[in-house]
Amino acid sequence: MKAKFLVPLILFFALAGFLAFGLTLNPREVPSPLIDKPAPAFRLARLDDPASTFALEEMRGQVWLLNVWASWCVACRQEHPLLVRMAGQKLVPVVGLNYKEVRGDGAINARGMALEAETAMAVERARRWLADHGNPYVLSVLDIDGRVGIDFGVYGVPETFLIDAEGRIRYKHIGPITPDSLQQVILPKIEELRRAG
Amino acid sequence: MIPELGHFALVLALVLALVQAVVPMIGANRNRFALMAVGRPAAQGQFFFILVSYVCLTWAFIQSDFSVQLAASNSHSATPLMYKITGVWGNHEGSLLLWAMSLSLWTVAVTVFSRHLPEAFVARVLGVLGWVSAGFLSFLLVTSNPFDRLLPGAGEGRDLNPLLQDPGMIIHPPLLYMGYVGFSVAFAFAIAALLSGRMDAAWARWSRPWTTVAWVFLTVGIAVGSGWAYYELGWGGWWFWDPVENASFMPWLLGTALMHSLAVTEKRGAFRSWTVLLAISAFSMSLLGTFIVRSGVITSVHAFATDPKRGLFILALLVIVIGVSLLLYAWRAPRLGGGGSFSFVSRETALLGNNVLLSVASASVLLGTMYPLFLDALGMGKISVGPPYFEAVFIPLMTPVVVLMMFGPFLRWKDDDLLAAVRKVVPAFIASVAIGVGTAFALDHVTWRTVLGLALAAWVVLASIQLLAGRFTERAGAAMGARLRSITAAWWGMWLAHLGVGVFIIGVTLVGSLNANLDVKMQDGQRAELAGYTFTFRGVQDANGPNYDAARATIDVSRGERTIATLKPEKRLYLAQGMPMTEAAIDIGPFRDVYVSLGEQVSDGTWIVSIYYKPFISWVWLGCLLMALGGVFAVADRRYRRLAAREAAVATNQRLA
Amino acid sequence: MLADGFVKTLRALALAALFAASLPVTAQQPAADPGLAPAVAADPQLEADVQELSHKLRCLVCQNQSIAESNAPLAVDLRNQVREQLASGRSKGDVVDYLVARYGDFVLYEPPVKGTTLLLWGGPALLLMGGAGWLAYRLQRRSRELAATAGLSTAERQRARELLAGNASSSPESPESRS
Repeated sequence: MKAKFLVPLILFFALAGFLAFGLTLNPREVPSPLIDKPAPAFRLARLDDPASTFALEEMRGQVWLLNVWASWCVACRQEHPLLVRMAGQKLVPVVGLNYKEVRGDGAINARGMALEAETAMAVERARRWLADHGNPYVLSVLDIDGRVGIDFGVYGVPETFLIDAEGRIRYKHIGPITPDSLQQVILPKIEELRRAG
Repeated sequence: MIPELGHFALVLALVLALVQAVVPMIGANRNRFALMAVGRPAAQGQFFFILVSYVCLTWAFIQSDFSVQLAASNSHSATPLMYKITGVWGNHEGSLLLWAMSLSLWTVAVTVFSRHLPEAFVARVLGVLGWVSAGFLSFLLVTSNPFDRLLPGAGEGRDLNPLLQDPGMIIHPPLLYMGYVGFSVAFAFAIAALLSGRMDAAWARWSRPWTTVAWVFLTVGIAVGSGWAYYELGWGGWWFWDPVENASFMPWLLGTALMHSLAVTEKRGAFRSWTVLLAISAFSMSLLGTFIVRSGVITSVHAFATDPKRGLFILALLVIVIGVSLLLYAWRAPRLGGGGSFSFVSRETALLGNNVLLSVASASVLLGTMYPLFLDALGMGKISVGPPYFEAVFIPLMTPVVVLMMFGPFLRWKDDDLLAAVRKVVPAFIASVAIGVGTAFALDHVTWRTVLGLALAAWVVLASIQLLAGRFTERAGAAMGARLRSITAAWWGMWLAHLGVGVFIIGVTLVGSLNANLDVKMQDGQRAELAGYTFTFRGVQDANGPNYDAARATIDVSRGERTIATLKPEKRLYLAQGMPMTEAAIDIGPFRDVYVSLGEQVSDGTWIVSIYYKPFISWVWLGCLLMALGGVFAVADRRYRRLAAREAAVATNQRLA
Repeated sequence: MLADGFVKTLRALALAALFAASLPVTAQQPAADPGLAPAVAADPQLEADVQELSHKLRCLVCQNQSIAESNAPLAVDLRNQVREQLASGRSKGDVVDYLVARYGDFVLYEPPVKGTTLLLWGGPALLLMGGAGWLAYRLQRRSRELAATAGLSTAERQRARELLAGNASSSPESPESRS
């Protein structure tokens, strides 16, 4: 008879336990369902030569990073020096996905802009930014309307995908890459994948 | 200087809160009147210092003192005075101070209106309230000091979030806080009863007015918040099952169950442990809500900027307050005793059923709100639980509540004949179903929700009429005046509140089923037609405000030949934060709202205009108002005052003796 | 009693019909009238479908809003995706699957019914049954207690009810002695 009166207390402690653990979690982080799945195929215009294109499958056989960036992205500037250093040390090839360079910038109203005009503007802005801040990328491709981004499940910038030699996504890093995350997560994973491949 | 004064006042308030928490309790345990008597002055002193603190903070905002961090983040020299004042609670620290002040205000009310209660009981109540207050004041001082300085002071403030620069902001938070903080009194009464080991009908009678008043505040607070969202967000939504909204709704559901449970405990002595558990749970939900808003554990549009340290502190507060209460409950509740017996078919059973159903509803809302956290914590994936879930679950749960709500009053206390009672309501029941189906067909909108909603609403209305008629004919032969007078204020309260539920359901059902929307690109002179209304665009002018730039459109609304209204929706850009905002223009009517919102300018002179037709939406809030009014009638019943006077006389005699 | 109910029903139905007649039906935009502003959406039916689906999809960069409610860039992008796919003839289920494949279950405001959400969807029903079961159990116990203790016999109870209802017969039965 008396035990039943303890039920509310027990239930409450269970709830409190979850709440306490919840304090360590980030409720807004969206985990990617694409891990271990083939990366979505794409063929986009190259930044260095907009007339020609680059396709995902051209990276087959390598372990590489796809870094989503844009010149209007403030957080990208945090990770950019690190990316440049990585490129200098030739740690891993990084391909840049320039994401909604024109229409993603809140200060620009791209409505009604023709695609050619928007592409030209994107090329100019992106090249200028890389000239100013350094270019860590093997090459960059232009995702003018963000469709490829949606295919990859991009919901913010910057994001970085680790893709293996068979073209499967193995890891997604949300937000700027930090030295810690590079040393403790990304580089070890790259090692592992290279050994396996 | 003034902010430091405010800070110091807060420290003094904490000291007094601790005194209030500890000393009267000891006095009650040892039956030392002198110690018990410390409670009232301590509580009143605490209120004084919290008030001083609050005024100092408001002063910093009004004076645009941007060396105070809070003012710099939430105000601006060009912000209108009203929003400088209300901006005080538009952030975590300030709203927490408002929380503490509300609690203190309720405590002072207890000190004033408790002369007829036994001293030991009042001492324990004040003690419990003192502990809660001390908890919140410590939280303020340790993790959320509203008076933190920003040195060097900012040249200009960042302005209050434009969404909050609105009249709704003036009334919604204070009312809401008075509501769910008010359940602390019922909570304190319950704990005091558990501590003393005594719980009788008198205890229930004392608790009822406090609970009802808190419930009235909460009802109006939630309704105002909903109305505010409706006109502020620009597209006419009014409830989103957002975690913070749920956090205010769960105490409301449990508070409703508590009010009804207290009625039974008072009249029949039954449900004692249920009532105590409900009192603890209702306030626990309020505390849980406070945690959800401020800890960052769950995403919400209402959430304040978060900090894990704060989350941890509130969680500790939660665990202590609720943990100790539930432990006390587990220990003492078994001794509370059963109370009056009642048979299977009786009003008590109906009310017990109501308790169970409302608790299940509340638990379901809690489940939905917390489930994403459960799964994430267990590493089992990440999901979202939104309106589709809550609506699918809540409506089926509340349907039996509404049915029972109107069936219960037809049942007698203690024992009744099921067949006889059912026979009384069958005509109304059948009529309701017929009306539900018939009206849905007439409206050409035959869906489950429409039929159910209309049938339930008809049930409430028809049964209410029948109940009133029944009361009237009770004193057959007596004069009209005498018959009216024989119906107590409390009964009118119940009747009105239940009718309010019906009105609410009508509003929800009809606006949900029949609302219409049209988005058009309009140029000067062009028309749009929706739901029999014609909207003529008359161009857009600049209409800049003190801290924003705006474009204001003029739209004539007519129906047939008649011009109904001229609506002027605005699109604003608040300068300090660069944040765009839309100010919808609404023509409010008893049977429909016509709602117009200005979108973007697509090309020179052509603007996107969003037009909404919302039938019966005012009934949603009218229903809430009726519920609240019912609560007011119930509290105003002369019975309380008569009994209070009698008890006061007894208490005075006891003291003098 | 039934006649009373019948009359009530008729009256109520008449009221309902009157009231329904007062509500205007939603109008369509007639075509080819220069004074009439064009709808933003080329296809209102498609737009209605887009809206309905958008209310069930979460805006991933917002603090708990659907993509119907939000004007964040990603929300606009996703709405456009939804519109394009629905316009190209895909079903609502297909569109939902497309987004879930890319963003996970988090993007759905209506949680999917799968193993991990069984407790979520089944919970309220379980709670309700539990509550009802507990209620039934407690009431059974109480009425057993009531029957066990001294009380009125069934006949006495019936007599008492008659008296209360004001239907007392002229010659009272002799009351049985209470035990």
